[in-house]
Amino acid sequence: MSAPLLVLDRVNKIYDPDGPNPVHAVRDLDLAVNPGEIVALLGSSGCGKTSTLRMIAGFEAVSAGSITLAGRAIHDLAPARRNVAMAFEGYALYPPLTVRENIAFALKSRRRDRDGIARRVAEIARLLEIEDILDRYPSQISGGQQQRASLARALIRPADLHLLDEPMGQLEPQLRAHLRGRLKHFIREGGLTVILVTHDQTEANALADRIAVMEGGVLQQFDSPARLRERPANLFTGAFIGEPPMNLLEAEVEARDGRIIFRLKGGAPLDYPAGELSPALLEWLRRGGRVTLGVRPHRVRIGPGGLPAQVLANQWLGDQSHVAASFAGGVIVSVEHDRVPHGPGAEIGLTIALADLHIFDPASGRAIGHGGRLVEET
Amino acid sequence: MDHRSLLERWLRGIALALVVVFFMFPILWIVLMSLQTNETILRSPPSVVFTPTLQNYAALISGRLETEAGALDIAFMSNLMNSVILSVGSVALALVLGVPAAYAFARHRFRGSEDIAFTLLSFRFAPPLLVLLPLTLYFQDLGLADTYFGLIWVYQLICLPLILWIVRGYFEDISPDIELAYRIAGHSWWATFRRIALPLAGPGIAAAGLLAFIFAWNNFIFALVLASADKQPVTVGALAFVTASGIQYGQIAAAVVLSIAPTLALALWAQRYLVEGLSLGAVKG
Repeated sequence: MSAPLLVLDRVNKIYDPDGPNPVHAVRDLDLAVNPGEIVALLGSSGCGKTSTLRMIAGFEAVSAGSITLAGRAIHDLAPARRNVAMAFEGYALYPPLTVRENIAFALKSRRRDRDGIARRVAEIARLLEIEDILDRYPSQISGGQQQRASLARALIRPADLHLLDEPMGQLEPQLRAHLRGRLKHFIREGGLTVILVTHDQTEANALADRIAVMEGGVLQQFDSPARLRERPANLFTGAFIGEPPMNLLEAEVEARDGRIIFRLKGGAPLDYPAGELSPALLEWLRRGGRVTLGVRPHRVRIGPGGLPAQVLANQWLGDQSHVAASFAGGVIVSVEHDRVPHGPGAEIGLTIALADLHIFDPASGRAIGHGGRLVEET
Repeated sequence: MDHRSLLERWLRGIALALVVVFFMFPILWIVLMSLQTNETILRSPPSVVFTPTLQNYAALISGRLETEAGALDIAFMSNLMNSVILSVGSVALALVLGVPAAYAFARHRFRGSEDIAFTLLSFRFAPPLLVLLPLTLYFQDLGLADTYFGLIWVYQLICLPLILWIVRGYFEDISPDIELAYRIAGHSWWATFRRIALPLAGPGIAAAGLLAFIFAWNNFIFALVLASADKQPVTVGALAFVTASGIQYGQIAAAVVLSIAPTLALALWAQRYLVEGLSLGAVKG
């Protein structure tokens, strides 16, 4: 693998450090992005993802740490000298210019030939379906159109790195879904390296090669979408990624007669043959004590046998059923692909396979094992 | 479609007419006076029927005033010129100093920025006479008394706070991201200020400049105390018409008409651009 294009090394951002209420927005962030990679910064509002993006762009000073882009330390350079392009969440189109002029602006300032610019603008406008509004002014078009114009302006510019801040937040769902595919294709074709900030995990999953999940200014996990789903590093990513969210159950571990038993609060025990667990995980669990168990709603099976639960609600969403049931002193959610006949109050049985079980340390929130193996083994 | 009743429209018309008459009548009266001699102005009861004469304007422009007590030299045209020099000069200086300052106050929070901005605004709180006495003494020592430069400097007390505070608001209304988008495209801070921030705040700068011009033009007290005859603007120069042999109402009226003409013309001309610039909503997200 080639050397990373962008490296963030122990980057910190503290707003108002000398003021009465300093805000530590980003803490010791390490991140390495490879050339041609699409990386999503994912998190809820205030998690530090936009601060990170603005530090890379040069709009916010880095309080501590360093940022290296294509071998150059850029954290002390002016934005103009960093060679990055950015699409803003608030669009930031120049009001006195038409959409066409706005998009071409970045190229014009590089004195490219006129025909070449026109061709590039037409191409990106076709891609983002804004050909019909090219000659209008930003104040005359909708938010979604402005957002696409702003996206076009950022993508068209040749730069080492493209930063997209909530690039599709204002688009209608159908448009968003089909533009995503085209956008990804365009980025791949051009070999662009992209960092996008989003709070929408569907968008992050669809576009990104790797997702950096942030919370409270701390990077929680930086991994591929599949690994985030299957191998969450801690309780936060486990609960944050996935819709509906992961079911979490408090349990007491017991090893007895060649079996591992997770004794749930007020419910029947989850009981697995010890032989199905890896020896290392077994070793860890034999110490006993409390753990937090996680299981994705899609992996909770409803069927004959299994642990007893009582249906609280059953919603058919058109393509799947969401069944909420009272279980082990709390509520567990199961997603089935077909209609489920059980109405509220019905007694059902739930099965949770060992392969679908995530085990977390309740004190630190750290993941201990996934699918019967210790984290270090996966 | 007009859903209002005939009565309502009539009442509105009358109300508007009253407002117009209230504000326009003094100006109309001044214009009428400027076309009369002192005798017809002072007759009782006053009448709007008279033989118009341009002798007041002729006297002002030629600079010679014939009265019963003899001929009097007046420097009205040079007063007018002084007004133009002082107003244009002080507004130009205030724009050069105030617009970048307004930008800095709008975009950057630095230690004491609010205090400095407020101090500048507070110049408008103090009665001019309060600062005039010390200023007169300083200016005589510094050799600034009775110079255009010194007067333009003092006029900054009027123009600078006005421009700073109005233009600052306009800069604050521009989304910083628009400027950042330009900067990240490879442009310096200075180019961004010149090519993005200034044009977007253009209508606001024009409005502030116009307002400052009117305030500077109408200033009386600074020029009265700090300038001698050859540097006096029209506001002070008009005092010359209060002569020993009586008040020359006709000439005063003509002088007023001539001295409001430039500001009126400027306001009417700029109004087109101001309304256009403001209504375009140039600074929308």
